[in-house]
Amino acid sequence: MIDWLASNKIPLGRWLQYFIDYLTNHGQAFFDVVALVLGATIDGLTHLLMLVPALVLIALIAGLAWFMHRSAWLVVFVVLSLLLVANLGYWEATIETLSLVTCSTIVCILIGVPIGILAAHRPWLYIGIRPVLDLMQTIPTFVYLIPTLVLFGLGTVPGLISTVIFAIPAPIRLTHLGVSSVPKQLYEAGLAFGATRRQLLFKVELPHALPTIMAGVTQCIMLSLSMVVISALVGAGGLGKPVVRALNTVNISMGFEAGLAIVILAIVLDRLCKRPAPAKRK
Amino acid sequence: METVSSTSAAAVEFRDVDIIFGKSREALAMLDAGATRSEIFDKTGSVLGAAGVNLTVRRGEICVLMGLSGSGKSTLLRAVNGLNKVSRGAVEVTHQGAAVDVASCSETALREVRTTGVAMVFQHFALLPWRTVRENVGFGLELRGVTTAERKRIVDEKLAMVGLAPWGDKYAHELSGGMQQRVGLARAFATDADILLMDEPFSALDPLIRDKLQDELLELQARLHKTIIFVSHDLDEAMKLGNTIAIMQDGRIVQAGTAEDILLRPSNDYVAEFVRHVNPLNVLRGHSVMTPVGALPREGNAVVLDAGGKVHLTLDAEGRPQGVLLDGRPGQLVVADGETGLAGTDPAACDVVVAPLDLKLRAAIALRQYSGSPVVLVDQLGRLAGLCGDEEIYRGLLRSDDMVAAQ
Repeated sequence: MIDWLASNKIPLGRWLQYFIDYLTNHGQAFFDVVALVLGATIDGLTHLLMLVPALVLIALIAGLAWFMHRSAWLVVFVVLSLLLVANLGYWEATIETLSLVTCSTIVCILIGVPIGILAAHRPWLYIGIRPVLDLMQTIPTFVYLIPTLVLFGLGTVPGLISTVIFAIPAPIRLTHLGVSSVPKQLYEAGLAFGATRRQLLFKVELPHALPTIMAGVTQCIMLSLSMVVISALVGAGGLGKPVVRALNTVNISMGFEAGLAIVILAIVLDRLCKRPAPAKRK
Repeated sequence: METVSSTSAAAVEFRDVDIIFGKSREALAMLDAGATRSEIFDKTGSVLGAAGVNLTVRRGEICVLMGLSGSGKSTLLRAVNGLNKVSRGAVEVTHQGAAVDVASCSETALREVRTTGVAMVFQHFALLPWRTVRENVGFGLELRGVTTAERKRIVDEKLAMVGLAPWGDKYAHELSGGMQQRVGLARAFATDADILLMDEPFSALDPLIRDKLQDELLELQARLHKTIIFVSHDLDEAMKLGNTIAIMQDGRIVQAGTAEDILLRPSNDYVAEFVRHVNPLNVLRGHSVMTPVGALPREGNAVVLDAGGKVHLTLDAEGRPQGVLLDGRPGQLVVADGETGLAGTDPAACDVVVAPLDLKLRAAIALRQYSGSPVVLVDQLGRLAGLCGDEEIYRGLLRSDDMVAAQ
C-alpha cells in the first residue's frame, strides 16, 4: 500500500515549476520591468544617501530623532551607535541595507495598507486571505527565494521581493485590526453627521487605526531587517553580504561585527519609528 | 386623526413604522399574524425593534421616548437619521419645508438630511479622541465642506454657548464627563440642524451633573426652539424635559401625551408602574388638583376662602378676582407668575395670591405657605377658575383616585 502511494507521487513540485516556467516564458517582460524599476529605485536611494557625507547623515538622523522624540538620551545613543558602525567599516553596507529596508517597507505599506482596509470592510475577504498570510509567514524563506530568483534574476530585487513576501502580512494584519476595531459609536457619529464612505475612511477609520497601522509598519521594518542575510544569498548588497561571507569562510570576527551593525540599525530604526511620546497624542 | 394645522407643524412623523433586525419579510408576516416579539425571535431569529409606531413630533417641542432598556426607544430614535433601517412604514422628516421620508429616500437625500437637518447627541458622547474639542465641534461642518474660517466662527460661537470657550484646544479625554457631553451638544448645535436626536445623553453622567445639564438644555431650548427627540429611561427626566412623552413597551408606543396626562391617567400597568415612583411636585399643575370654581362656597358675589368663613374673595362681573376682605377689612391681593412664583413681595403685605391655572404643584405649595391662604387660580382671561389649598395639595401629592375622578 505504502509502496503504491510512494510510487504514484503527486507531482506538486513539478506543477509549481511548470507554473513558474509559464510565467518566465510569457511574463518575462513584466518581471523585467518590475526588476528594473525596483532595482533602479533601491540603487538610486543608495547613491543618494551615499552622496551625503557619513557625518552629515548621522547628524541628520540625530536631528530627526530629536525632532520626533525630544529625548537627548536617544540622540546620544543614535549618534554613538552610528559612529560605531562607521568605525567598524560597514557604513556603505549599512546604507545599502537601509535603502533595501526602506524600499521594501514602502512597497509593503503601499500594498498592505489598502489590502488591510479592504479586508476590514469585507469580512469574507479577510477569511480568505488569512491562510495565505499564515502561509507567507510560515513557509521557509529559502523556498520562495528560488522562484523569485528565477523570475527576477540575481541581485537586490529578488531579495526585496522575498523580503516583501515575508514582511507584508504584518501591515495587512494590523491595518485590518485597527480599522475593524473602530468603536461602533464613532462610526455612527460619522454616519449621523452625514459622512460619505470616503469621509468615514479618512476622518474616522484611518485616524483611529493610525497607531495600530504604525505598529504594523514598525514590525514590517523589523521583519525586513531579519531578511537581510537571506537577501544577501541571492545577491543583494548590504550588511547581509559580510555575514554570508563570514559564514562561508568561518570568520568569527567579521560575522560578529556585521551582525552587530545589523542589530544597531534595527535598534535605531525601532526607536525612531516608535510612536511619539504619549503626551502629544493619547 | 391629526388636524391639518397640526400636521403642517410636524417636524418628524412616524407612520406605521416597523423595524426588524434580521430577516424582515418572514418576521413582518408573523407580526401581521399577531405574533409576539419572543415568538418572532424564536421562530426566525429576527429581533422586533419597533412595531406599528405612529407618532407626530411637532416643531419646537421636546418629545421624550421613554421605556425600559430593550423597549425600542433608541431603535425608533435612530430611524430618524437612518442609523437603523425601517423595515416597513414611513419616517417623514421635515427638511427645509418639505417632508423627506428617510425610510425610502435616496442616499444623497439622506446625507443631505444628516448634514443639515438632523443632528445627534450620543449616550457615551462619541467624541473623536484624536481631535481637540474645537475639531470635534466642527466635525459636522467639516463633513459638509464648510470653509475653515466659517467653521472657526461657528465653532467659537457654539463653544461659548455651552460654556466651553477656554477648553477648545484640549482633547476630549482631558475633560470631565459633563464637559464631554457639552462638547457633544455643541457639535450637534454647530450644524444648525432643526431636529436634534438625543440618545440618553445624560445617562452616563452622575446625578448632579445630569440635573445641571438638563437645566442647561431647557435654557438653550427656550432660546433656540429646536425640535428635540430625547430618549430616556428615567421618567423624572422625561417629565422634566418633555413637552410630550411617548412610553414604549416591547417596541410599541403604549401611551403618548403630556407628563400630567401620563401621571394622572396611566394607560396600563406598565405605565402605572413607572409613574408610581415619579415625584408629582414638578409634574402636576394647578388645574388638576384645584377645587373648581363651581364647587366653592359663595356669599353673594364673593367666594369664601377659609373654613372659618372669614376670608372673602370679591369678584367683578366677569368673574375676575377683584379684592380680598379679611373679616370685612380689605387685604392685599398679589398676582404671581406661573413659573417663578413671587418675587420681591413682602410676605406681610400679601394676604391672598392669584396665580395662573397651570401653576406647578411645587410652586403652589410655596405660594400657599407664603400667603397663608389658599392660592387663587385664574384662567387665561383672568377669571377665577379654582382654589388650591392644603386639602388640594395633599390630594395631589397622594394622587388619590377622587382627584383623578374630579378631572
